[in-house]
Amino acid sequence: MNVHLNPVNEFRMTRPDDGIARGAPLLVADNISLSFGGVKAITDISFDIRKGEIRAIIGPNGAGKTSMLNVINGFYHPQEGTITFRGERRSRMRPHVAAHQGIARTFQNIALFKGMSVLDNIMTGRITLQHRNLFWQALWNGPAEREELEHREAVEHIIDFLEIEHIRKTPVGRLPYGLQKRVELGRALAAEPALLLLDEPMAGMNLEEKEDMSRFVLDVNQQFGTTIALIEHDMGVVMDLSDRVVVLDYGRKIGDGTPDDVRNNQDVIDAYLGVSHDA
Amino acid sequence: MNTQAKFGMGDSGSRAVDTFPKFLLANAARLGSRPAMRHKDLGIWQSWTWAELLAEIRAFSMGLAALGVKRGDKVAIVGANRPRLYWSFCAVQALGGIPVPVYADSVAEEMVYVLNHAEVKFAICQDQEQVDKLLSMGDELKQLTKIVYDETRGMRDYDHTDLHALDGVEALGEADYEANGDKNWLAEIEKGKGSDLSVMLYTSGTTGRPKGVMLSFDNLVITAKNANAFDRLVETEETLAYLPLAWVGDHIFSYAQHYTAGYCVCCPESAETADADRREIAPTYFFAPPRVFETLLTAVMVRMEDAGPTKKRMFDKYMDHARKVGEKILNRESVPFGDRLKYRLGEYLVYGPLKNRMGLTRMKVGYTAGEAIGPEIFSFYRSLGLNLKQLYGQTEAAVYITAQPDGEIRADTVGKPSPGVEIQIADNGEVLYRSPGVFVGYYKNDEATKETKTSDGWVHTGDAGFFDKDGHLKIIDRAKDVGKLANGNLFAPKYIENKLKFFPNIKEAVAFGDGRDFCAAFVNIDLTSIGSWAERNNIAYASYQELAQHPEVYKTIEEHVDQVNRDLASEALMAGSQIRRFLVLHKELDADDGELTRTQKVRRSFIAERYAPLIDALYDGSKEKYIETEVVFEDGRKGKIRATVEIRDMAEHEPAFAAAPVREAAE
Repeated sequence: MNVHLNPVNEFRMTRPDDGIARGAPLLVADNISLSFGGVKAITDISFDIRKGEIRAIIGPNGAGKTSMLNVINGFYHPQEGTITFRGERRSRMRPHVAAHQGIARTFQNIALFKGMSVLDNIMTGRITLQHRNLFWQALWNGPAEREELEHREAVEHIIDFLEIEHIRKTPVGRLPYGLQKRVELGRALAAEPALLLLDEPMAGMNLEEKEDMSRFVLDVNQQFGTTIALIEHDMGVVMDLSDRVVVLDYGRKIGDGTPDDVRNNQDVIDAYLGVSHDA
Repeated sequence: MNTQAKFGMGDSGSRAVDTFPKFLLANAARLGSRPAMRHKDLGIWQSWTWAELLAEIRAFSMGLAALGVKRGDKVAIVGANRPRLYWSFCAVQALGGIPVPVYADSVAEEMVYVLNHAEVKFAICQDQEQVDKLLSMGDELKQLTKIVYDETRGMRDYDHTDLHALDGVEALGEADYEANGDKNWLAEIEKGKGSDLSVMLYTSGTTGRPKGVMLSFDNLVITAKNANAFDRLVETEETLAYLPLAWVGDHIFSYAQHYTAGYCVCCPESAETADADRREIAPTYFFAPPRVFETLLTAVMVRMEDAGPTKKRMFDKYMDHARKVGEKILNRESVPFGDRLKYRLGEYLVYGPLKNRMGLTRMKVGYTAGEAIGPEIFSFYRSLGLNLKQLYGQTEAAVYITAQPDGEIRADTVGKPSPGVEIQIADNGEVLYRSPGVFVGYYKNDEATKETKTSDGWVHTGDAGFFDKDGHLKIIDRAKDVGKLANGNLFAPKYIENKLKFFPNIKEAVAFGDGRDFCAAFVNIDLTSIGSWAERNNIAYASYQELAQHPEVYKTIEEHVDQVNRDLASEALMAGSQIRRFLVLHKELDADDGELTRTQKVRRSFIAERYAPLIDALYDGSKEKYIETEVVFEDGRKGKIRATVEIRDMAEHEPAFAAAPVREAAE
């Protein structure tokens, strides 16, 4: 007898279905090139991120990983190439538009509001989902209050999910680094993203914190079905977590495929080990 | 109100309420709309009344029956203090099954042993972590057939052939209830008797394998009722469930007493939020091991150090006053009117807000047990007007052996025998007891049962103790550690060490004397406390060793040892084992060097071997001794510490207890 049921009270992302099937490309980068003056940060890179997968972007320092993320969420505008997100082609986009379209991210250097509580920080992640205008917000009683309660409930689910109940009211600046990273993930999740960009979520963490964070990343992917693009230096983490890996070096793509493909790719090995192999 | 009427079910007065499922039915009828349980979920306290509790447990229980749980089946319960895990006790017992709570933090290998030994067929787990642990043991779990889990996170992709979500099980039971009613279920409850096995609790064996202590419904119900009467606990109490489910104390406080008294148990949001949740609930009945009270006090003191000068002065002034009269007022002794008035003012200005901060505002009765509590910490809470008491108990006794009655509270005793408990002291000083709470036996371990429990029902505690002149029991040490000095005087090392350790300046102490002429001790200074003293007094030091050897430090420790001797002199049994010589150790005792156990207990025999030259020096009359000790650094490297350690002689105090027997004779 099998009595497994989907429990009714489980938190779900409310973003409307975009009609893209699981496994179909959610985001496609086409021949992207980006330069700052004479410096070529990214040269002619193409890859895709499929819906529901965890996609890792790896490469040595200065390979252009963070630039790539910045292109995806519209912070940098590539000189050449286009980004197609949810079937919509665009070459220039501003970050707030990306946020509204469902791209959320965390940063390499934590970018939280240090003086605000964990709860308030995560609440800010809901801003793109709040609809009452300044007038109603200022009046607060009534519609804005109801709206806030709804969002607060969603935030509480995220707090529960990330197991940070005990620091709900603590100012972020007082928290240790590992927890701040978790709060940042919480804020990104609060936006109920279709695509979640994580820029080195485990940098500077100890082993236990890394294990926790890995579990959260996997759980986000499984429970909410969120597509994740991840930059990470810890190869163990990347190989364990991700479904597919794209490898950059000096702004060029040198590998793309499953973790196993990439692990055995000679170009990738060379890029990491700096071996010059004889022709 | 007479208890029989109080707990009777009304419809048929003769039917005894002697099992927890029967109490559930009785409570749902009698206290239907009163809160039975609370749980903070998503930041909001959710409550269940007794009537709702009955509905939940009935659904869950009938669901378990559908899964195949039958009379006599053992069901493991693994997880933290969550309402549904508490419900599972009753849900299993209603079917005649026996719940076996397991420590959630035990590693897989330990769990395998317990689950196999208990022949567990079903397991109810809190979340993925616990399920993973059980699944990782695979075929090693010979009897386990099905696992039920509470939290669904991360569980979606598991193979659900033998794995069931608790929601699903409840839905199954609910459907059965709607279709067929609860006649069979009630009949099953009716079959339960007081003499049936209620629960199996595995004692965390410090030596050897854990043993499964079998407790019957009678054991728990009678003990819990006695305890409720002793402290006048009724259905309006609220408690916070935050200690491990598998621990007998939690089983009594958060389950047995909860059902028998009908009070409300509150489950915190998570283990880390227990402190904040306690503030919100303000329990009326509260249990905590000494370390919780210690941490709470330290937190207050640290915050007060940072407070503004006005607040600090006010705090100091009124705390001084509380120390002077607070305990007397609590004990209903006579206190001058002026002092009472000042205490009232203090309550308004300092004690009240402080108690609120600690979440103890409504506390009617509080208990601490498990180990000795520092007298200063104990009287700090007492002086605030908090009725904090001590008790002494064991898993084998369903907790209560002794407890302090109101108004007879002292820091150094564990109180008088609890209602229904008989106590006798064996010739070797070991405490024996007999009570309605005495366990049925160890599961599948008759040998150990025979060793612990005599044929006429007396149980060996393994602890040595004695009754003082007021009839209060004092526990001095583990019976096997108690020895005798060469002159025949009793020597209880831990008793002496604890007295030394209550001084904040002393971190650790090791007493010697078994079979020797007199008692002598090693002392470890507390670097935090002595270090800050050195800082205030401009005493420069480069290392622990240097500070430990400082003449001023020796002088301070000497005063402490002298005070301990004075205390010992006032106790008939202990006066002979005053500390004649002591030394301050040049290095901190450390678990990495094998001198302490991982739980920070002194490994006496190991230390005796390692510091043999120092012990010889304690007894050969020399003034100092050179010693070389090998140490292991945190990174695993080894090094040597060399030092010449000074040894001090102490004067013995005249025994000062002589007056006591005379007074007793005069009474």
